Amino acid sequence: MNKTLRALLGATALLTLAGAAAAETTITVATVNNGDMIRMQGLMDDFYAKNPDIKVDWVTLEENVLRQKVTTDIATKGGQFDVLTIGTYEVPIWGKQGWLVGLNDLPAEWDKADLLPAIAGGLTVDGELYAAPFYGESSMVMYRKDLMEAAGMTMPDAPTWADIKAAAAAMTDKSKEQYGICLRGKAGWGENMAFLTAMSNSYGAKWFDESWNPQFDGAAWKATLTDYLELMNNYGPPGASNNGFNENLSLMQTGHCGMWIDATVAASFVTGKDSQVADKMGFALAPDNGLGKRSNWLWAWSLAIPAGTEKVDAAKTFVAWATSKEYTQLVASKEGWANVPPGTRTSLYENPEYQKVPFAKMTLDSINSADPTNPTVDPVPYVGVQFVAIPEFQGMATATGQQFSAALAGTTSLDDALAASQELAKTEMTKAGYIK
Amino acid sequence: MARKITTNRKLAMTILAWTIGFLIFFPILWIFLMSFKSEADAIKSPFQMLAAPWGLESYGEVQTRSNYTRFFLNSVVLSVGSTLLALAIAIPAAWAMAFVPGKRTKDLLMWMLSTKMMPAVGVLVPMYLIFRDLHLLDTRTGLVIVMTLINLPIVIWMLYTYFKEIPGEILEAARMDGANLRSEILYILTPMAVPGIASTMLLNIILAWNEAFWTLQLTTSKAAPLTQFIASYSSPEGLFYAKLSAASTMAIAPILILGWFSQKQLVRGLTFGAVK
Repeated sequence: MNKTLRALLGATALLTLAGAAAAETTITVATVNNGDMIRMQGLMDDFYAKNPDIKVDWVTLEENVLRQKVTTDIATKGGQFDVLTIGTYEVPIWGKQGWLVGLNDLPAEWDKADLLPAIAGGLTVDGELYAAPFYGESSMVMYRKDLMEAAGMTMPDAPTWADIKAAAAAMTDKSKEQYGICLRGKAGWGENMAFLTAMSNSYGAKWFDESWNPQFDGAAWKATLTDYLELMNNYGPPGASNNGFNENLSLMQTGHCGMWIDATVAASFVTGKDSQVADKMGFALAPDNGLGKRSNWLWAWSLAIPAGTEKVDAAKTFVAWATSKEYTQLVASKEGWANVPPGTRTSLYENPEYQKVPFAKMTLDSINSADPTNPTVDPVPYVGVQFVAIPEFQGMATATGQQFSAALAGTTSLDDALAASQELAKTEMTKAGYIK
Repeated sequence: MARKITTNRKLAMTILAWTIGFLIFFPILWIFLMSFKSEADAIKSPFQMLAAPWGLESYGEVQTRSNYTRFFLNSVVLSVGSTLLALAIAIPAAWAMAFVPGKRTKDLLMWMLSTKMMPAVGVLVPMYLIFRDLHLLDTRTGLVIVMTLINLPIVIWMLYTYFKEIPGEILEAARMDGANLRSEILYILTPMAVPGIASTMLLNIILAWNEAFWTLQLTTSKAAPLTQFIASYSSPEGLFYAKLSAASTMAIAPILILGWFSQKQLVRGLTFGAVK
């Protein structure tokens, strides 16, 4: 082979490689730091094998940092991200604003009809699906079976708040640093207010009446707060006003809580390898008060595509892969069925293998019993179980959460906290034009 | 006459200083200790945690999951780059304010400092739009410019204070000997202010290294520094304390080591001109 021919062949090979590199599309995916999302990053070889022309750059951030960052980017059409991980709160608001790409045209084999109706309903605006659910969650009671047995009690599958109070009293032994119940107390719209808003639904309370007037001055909110404070002051751990999900998880895993009412996703942690009480855990539906509404919430982390991206096709290919039935099979084959992202597809719960997971049925029942369009006893003008899907909610609920957290810490009274919440919600809603 | 300090008083002051120093350092020490534990041990009570086995498991997982080198190099480029650029602007500016002050120099200095009093989030949207239109989002160039601008008031103020301590007569003498402006700043002023410039430089590198608002908002992957590396290990749902501690230790170790070795220079520079 002479030198000229060699040079030509070399140049051709280089051009081919350069062409292949140029054809590669890189998408940037913004995501939260949780076990399911991190697991997906470790399973990307499957995606690359099926889509060699797409490369994925991950930006993993803490939930609140991520929320602020993607909100700035999407509102300014910055175009830094091609796929966003967003929650059930953002999807209806952003979808209505036209900030997200519709996903009704994902391939037929992706099987939109297989999505759990409660989850899909929260991600749909005017018939258009704006985000594909990656995992869904509700909330439920996680309790220590051994402590209940020792107290001679049995937890019903569908307890009432009276059952919870009796169980908390029976399991409390403060001399052993064993507390009957652990609940969120840390201030924040996604912290104590997620729990308290869901709890208030079961008492018939609501954030607003049908004319958007705040309702914190009603008897239902007072009853909710009275029972919450009584439970926490008598049977809760010390310093509970600083406790969020992680603090309660730590207390539960180290055997200091008899019972914890929180996200269903916690079930895999409290039964996992890091838990000291993994083999002693039982599960029940979130409590009710005999009014026909349970106190469980509904949340999904979903993948959405911002309207500003220029790589819609590659982004849709990724979203369809990450939220497909095949992906759950892939996780199950590599890490076992207990680690499959839960709460999004009907087919998962029909799978006999998945039905063997101890918390699977309770998770499904919890999700199915939450109705974001009809969250409380009376009709309300808003969508959302543990939140109100309006842009003003975050600020308002965080300020309200500070009042309720202060009431738990004992620095303000229950009546003052409710009065202050009513006042600030009224001011904010008037300023935003909801109250004329 | 110098005040007499008794041995007991000296001992008490020493113990107090060490106690305060230890309390301030304690959170960093605890992060360091926790980084060598498993996730299950990290949430145990303090004594149980300390008694649990030690290991490098968390460091291994962090190293596998993240490209630490890329974040580290970005942090170095951003902190050193912005410091050098700030010094290049601040040295002539501080010279002018110290040796040829105008009627409004004091006002100008106050105005510069006042820009530090505004909450950064107040200008987030306009800054984001400017970066978007200039295609500077997620670029090291863009972040070097921002870091330079946000730290420039402090750099100018510090250098101005140091330059004020240098007698103007020395510069006058240099001028009499025929030195032009460039030579005066480069060969007379700068060598005399080396301790001040060095401490300003070190402080600015530390400030830029730790900056966690703009670096998080204006980057995604290519220009993301160590602040984003830490943020990726924080989670409101899930206990990843050991991994978060390992990531934090890896992020702060370089700047701690730099601070440790240069503490003499830093203290000397920061107290420069304190005794008149």
